[in-house]
Amino acid sequence: MTVKIVIGLDGTETGGRAIDFAKDLATRLDACELLCAYVIEWSPFTFQTPEENATRHKRREEEIETATSRVVDPAVSALKEAGFNASGIVRHGDVAETLNTIAVDNGGAQIIVGRASEHGFTKRIFGSSTQNLVMHADVPVTVVN
Amino acid sequence: MRTINKLALAGATALLANPAIAQEAPGLDEKINQAFANLTGPFVSFIFAPLPGTSFPWIVMWLVVAASVFTIYFALVQLRFFSHAISLVKGDYSDPNDAGEVSHFQALATALSGTVGLGNIAGVAVAVGIGGPGATFWMILAGLLGMASKFTECTLGVKYRNEYEDGTVSGGPMYYMSKGFKELGLPGGGFLAILFSIFCILGALGGGNMFQANQAHQQIAGIVGDYPGWITGLVFAVVVFMVIVGGLKSIARVTEKVVPFMGVLYVLTALVILIMNADMIGWAFGQIFAGAFTGLGVAGGMVGALIQGFKRAAFSNEAGVGSAAIAHSAVRTKEPITEGFVSLLEPFIDTVVICTMTALVIIITQQLIIDPETGNYMLNEAGTAIATVDGNSGVSLTSAAFGSAFSFFPYILAVAVILFAFSTMISWSYYGLKAWTYLFGEGHTKELIFKVIFCIFVVIGAAANLGPVIDFSDAAIFAMAVVNVFALYFLMKKVREELASYSSRLQSGEIRKFEH
Repeated sequence: MTVKIVIGLDGTETGGRAIDFAKDLATRLDACELLCAYVIEWSPFTFQTPEENATRHKRREEEIETATSRVVDPAVSALKEAGFNASGIVRHGDVAETLNTIAVDNGGAQIIVGRASEHGFTKRIFGSSTQNLVMHADVPVTVVN
Repeated sequence: MRTINKLALAGATALLANPAIAQEAPGLDEKINQAFANLTGPFVSFIFAPLPGTSFPWIVMWLVVAASVFTIYFALVQLRFFSHAISLVKGDYSDPNDAGEVSHFQALATALSGTVGLGNIAGVAVAVGIGGPGATFWMILAGLLGMASKFTECTLGVKYRNEYEDGTVSGGPMYYMSKGFKELGLPGGGFLAILFSIFCILGALGGGNMFQANQAHQQIAGIVGDYPGWITGLVFAVVVFMVIVGGLKSIARVTEKVVPFMGVLYVLTALVILIMNADMIGWAFGQIFAGAFTGLGVAGGMVGALIQGFKRAAFSNEAGVGSAAIAHSAVRTKEPITEGFVSLLEPFIDTVVICTMTALVIIITQQLIIDPETGNYMLNEAGTAIATVDGNSGVSLTSAAFGSAFSFFPYILAVAVILFAFSTMISWSYYGLKAWTYLFGEGHTKELIFKVIFCIFVVIGAAANLGPVIDFSDAAIFAMAVVNVFALYFLMKKVREELASYSSRLQSGEIRKFEH
């Protein structure tokens, strides 16, 4: 049976370490599929100007295109070149919530993420995305330092 | 809506007419005022003309009748789909795959930031100050009816919007007039759209811009002392320019976050005052109901209360004016009618909740003077309004009511008014731009011309005391309603088709909530 592992990318070095860990894990399994996921932080409950609303669809497409070309595609290509079965996905939403949804919807056995990359006030008040993911995920989560 | 209140304007005009003041400020301003008043006077008089034998402006009756017709035609849609509208705003029916698009909440919040403001603060004070507590009852009723107008226009706004290849959207009455009429095989849609666009541009430059700049300056001058208005205008114009031309989104984002915060703070403060005076809430509602049907001694009696209530509600929530249809049309949905459901919450929040809060605070803090012998309200010397503590009216009446409970609140209120004015300018700059591009076509240079004109009018609005100009702008906004409601009567059957289709699919379970 193929085991699917979801790797949470954030475009930083910590995401790279998450990929390295996933590769190491995948080599120990008979059949493994790696799903590289990038979540663009977004909330449906923010406030926007009318002009921002009018151009939102266009912006969304651009954000997905940028995340795909700069983060997800290079990661997937590198994994495929290394002989792994890999695919990619880009979504908008709350990072922790969306990564969990991606894992559940795609039958992911576990999620691998790098240590939190957020800093400052928001992290102190609301906790990092990684913390929230560990607290609320429906599948096992591995946090790579 | 933060449009000028006619009575406050009448007061300002009266001041202008004062010979002593006129002698101090003779010259060009006065000449411009007079020339402009002569030129636009007939149009303004026509729009705000009272119905024969009454002091009830026909335009208000036009909006109230339209709201009643839509309420009946759609079989009380505002009650039947109220909870569904809340579910839509919560995102229960939003496809997770559409995450990142404009949500129902965002479209509603954006439209609300263009309507909640001075109308809720100053307009209600005028209504209660003249029509007494009973005006609140009629204001709430008009707000409830107005929900059906919003539902109709916003559904059409999404249904007939233009979606361009680059992914941007443009929508609003001008699009449903031209495309909707064409679809029905009716003539004149293009003409109505052009007429609407002209009024929308004028309304945006006036009520959505000059009046806001003017009121913001009045508030600042009230705190720091009198100084030339052009300074405020220039600062505002630079900031507005940076946002709408320079694309400095950080300012807009801050405003868009602070304005809702201010709105919530306002309502919460009102709630705290009501809780502090909980024993008087029953009495206040008693005054509202008694006043609605007897007038409790106000000028014009029950009819006086009714006129004021209907008038302020129509002026505040813009239902039927068509501006909300522009704001709501950006939402991403496969079902245009869902945005109609969401938009009907707008008059509810604006008028039924916020305006009522303002009215209750004014009543409960006993700013309106009651004759202890008769139990009726005492009129001022002129006999035109209820006598108030310290003779306050308009914003100062609301400010005094809140200030009687929290002495610092008038300062917060002043800041709120300034911020509301700014966010209204941003909203109306967009509404005006959409009308402008409808008339002249999309394009960077064409858009830039409108934006620069808009910024120039900010300075003029803050600097000049141009009563007739503002009067005309106000009339232009309501002229939008004349054209818009006329078109809605022809297009409402398209909305009913959408409603029937959606309702049956909702009942059959074809449309269902998503698991989030």
